[in-house]
Amino acid sequence: MMLGKTAGGLFWMFRYLERAENTARLLEAGWHIALTRSEGDSNEWQSIITTAGMNDAYLEKYDSYDAAQVINFMLRDKDNPSSVMTAITAARNNGRLVRTALSSEVWEATNECWMVLKDLLSRPVTERAMHDILTQIRFRTSVVRGALHGTMLRNDIFAFARLGTFIERADNTARIMDVKYYVLLPSAAFVGSSIDNAQWEVILRSVSAERSYRWLSGGESGPASIANFLILDSRMPRSLAFCAKKIGENLGHLEKEYASRQESNVQVDALCHRINSQTVDTIFEDGLHEFLSSFIADNAKLAGHIEEDFRFYG
Amino acid sequence: MTNTSLHFDEMLLETDEPRNPYQTYFEWFRSEDVKALRRKSAEAENFFRRIGITFNVYGQEEADERLIPFDIVPRIIAAKEWRTLERGIEQRVRAINAFLHDIYHRQEILRAGRIPREIIAGNEAFLPEMIGVKPPGGVYTHIVGTDLVRTGEDEFYVLEDNARTPSGVSYMLENRETMLQMFPELFSQLKVRPVSAYPQLLRRSLADSCPANSPNAKPVVAVLTPGTHNSAYFEHAFLADQMGVELVESTDLRVEDGYVSMRTTQGYQPIDVLYRRVDDDYLDPLTFNPNSLLGVPGIMDVYRAGNITIANAPGTGIADDKALYSYMPDIVEFYTGERAILKNVPTWRCSEPDSLKYVLDNLADLVVKEVHGSGGYGMLVGPAASKKEIAAFEKKLRARPANYIAQPTLSLSTVPILTKAGLAPRHVDLRPFVLVSPNRVDITPGGLTRVALKKGSLVVNSSQGGGTKDTWVLGD
Repeated sequence: MMLGKTAGGLFWMFRYLERAENTARLLEAGWHIALTRSEGDSNEWQSIITTAGMNDAYLEKYDSYDAAQVINFMLRDKDNPSSVMTAITAARNNGRLVRTALSSEVWEATNECWMVLKDLLSRPVTERAMHDILTQIRFRTSVVRGALHGTMLRNDIFAFARLGTFIERADNTARIMDVKYYVLLPSAAFVGSSIDNAQWEVILRSVSAERSYRWLSGGESGPASIANFLILDSRMPRSLAFCAKKIGENLGHLEKEYASRQESNVQVDALCHRINSQTVDTIFEDGLHEFLSSFIADNAKLAGHIEEDFRFYG
Repeated sequence: MTNTSLHFDEMLLETDEPRNPYQTYFEWFRSEDVKALRRKSAEAENFFRRIGITFNVYGQEEADERLIPFDIVPRIIAAKEWRTLERGIEQRVRAINAFLHDIYHRQEILRAGRIPREIIAGNEAFLPEMIGVKPPGGVYTHIVGTDLVRTGEDEFYVLEDNARTPSGVSYMLENRETMLQMFPELFSQLKVRPVSAYPQLLRRSLADSCPANSPNAKPVVAVLTPGTHNSAYFEHAFLADQMGVELVESTDLRVEDGYVSMRTTQGYQPIDVLYRRVDDDYLDPLTFNPNSLLGVPGIMDVYRAGNITIANAPGTGIADDKALYSYMPDIVEFYTGERAILKNVPTWRCSEPDSLKYVLDNLADLVVKEVHGSGGYGMLVGPAASKKEIAAFEKKLRARPANYIAQPTLSLSTVPILTKAGLAPRHVDLRPFVLVSPNRVDITPGGLTRVALKKGSLVVNSSQGGGTKDTWVLGD
């Protein structure tokens, strides 16, 4: 038994931690492509903002997608709810709220993560400092995850933390693909063109999958196999199929622990079924963009059911 | 450091030899390098930051989480000294509970004329809503933090009884944890009595006061906090965590079927014992402050029906009210039939014309406190105040004399702290923590030693430049 508020706090704490990590990954991928490209095309910075869903907020402050502006907006802007600093602060505030549900290792790792980043991000970030900062973000959030896995009981507390992680991750992977779905469409692919190669690389890098993809694909790359990898490959820890499976498992755990089947159990089973009954061909036939947008909507609806089923709010 | 001060130093004799309880420590200290110890001190600070043992300062937006400075020189109390304190505290706490029961029932002490009626009748800390209410288990103050000061070898005074919601116990526990990590060798040389049982004792003594007709198989205990913005939030979370009970806020609670219940992932669960860290006034908007968002509407009805234990009981503030303080020796005698073991600081009640005259004539030598104040605010420390400050205070005092009491400036004992130049004496007080259940009183050997870090200062409050020390009670 635990408080509904605590369940909600755990769910959001881990959503925000995941979000901070994803934002950092996205920036890293964008930054990488910006550095390795010959022409000074600023599209990549814009698509970072688009993927984060922050176009309106960004354009309220700036009128161009300048590297330094985007970097600072995504790393430390307090008005950006997806910026790393906002997300880490929110994760830590939720952590304070649910302090009693966390092992001291998890809490201290979270608090230290916040302290280190607060200091690093207290000043505008220069390109020179980017590498160190991105490394720290990845490192510090990994310590939290490590502490979670190494020190927490596998009970409802753990399940709510994991649900937050995978709901956020599924949303993130789907968004990254949706923003760039056009480069994955066979019709638009100029096979072998350097632009598409670079775009595929960004997608893979944004989910830290460029190496694993190459291992699995044996050097071949193409839109269908990338889409297959990120949507359907359940070995890939950021794929939609993997996330949906994990959400299902954790809700299944709650169903068992609480001896009660909820609407969210029904919904996640349906979602898993929808994914597993697809092949990459049927997805492309029905429209990749349509598939992704309906996934994003279903995922959000599922989060809403979880919130209600387990009484996060009064 | 040379002990030429007029104050009693707990570590050093006038000959600069260590007093008995400090002998081993002093030897050890002399063999240590001050610089290395200073580094340890910085380490301790990092440790506190990492675990988040910070307090929020009201009214400060950005840098709103601060550490209470920690000094790494322990305050050491001999076994024999502690035994006296223990007996004195237990006597006082039992008397306070007997007094609270009496004052909310038959009021024998008023009938006997030992306390003037008007002190109770006109007192905001007295809650008429509690008249005739019987707290489950009969305990009023489950948790007490008695503030003591020392002025000499065997001279201890009670400064305040803190019978409402004493705070600081998390510092007692974390300070010890830090010292164990930093100086394990000292603990193997000295028999320091452990304090770590406190959270389990707290849980047990709360559970022991569970209502008789609880709907739960085992007592369900929860800690009620005003929320993450409260200055003591860390402590609330810490205690709930250490006890293994839920930490709730008002938004988690509602009154349902005659019980106070918390919203869980599986529905509403009745609570038996609520260790509340919310003041009386905010506890129930239907009974007290109607604007309170921190309490539970209807909890007082549940309480009166005997279906929940509130710790501490509402209305205990009357026992640590400063207007009543000067009557404490009478209270102890009245209910225990014994003389008070611990001394009270001589107190002038400014409501009495003769006392007021004396206080006005001697403002520069006295400490004048507001009857209802706390945290070291709104008080005058005569010897440390400027003429202007004294004049300003005099005006306030003349306008509302009944609002003040005055006490002589005590020559508080000192314990050295570690400074750049080595040891330097600073004034300290001591807050031991006491747990009361229906059948026993537990006093944790140790407590929170607060220390005024500024040279010569007598104000130990953390909100005004005070720090803390670990407190070692030695075993036999």
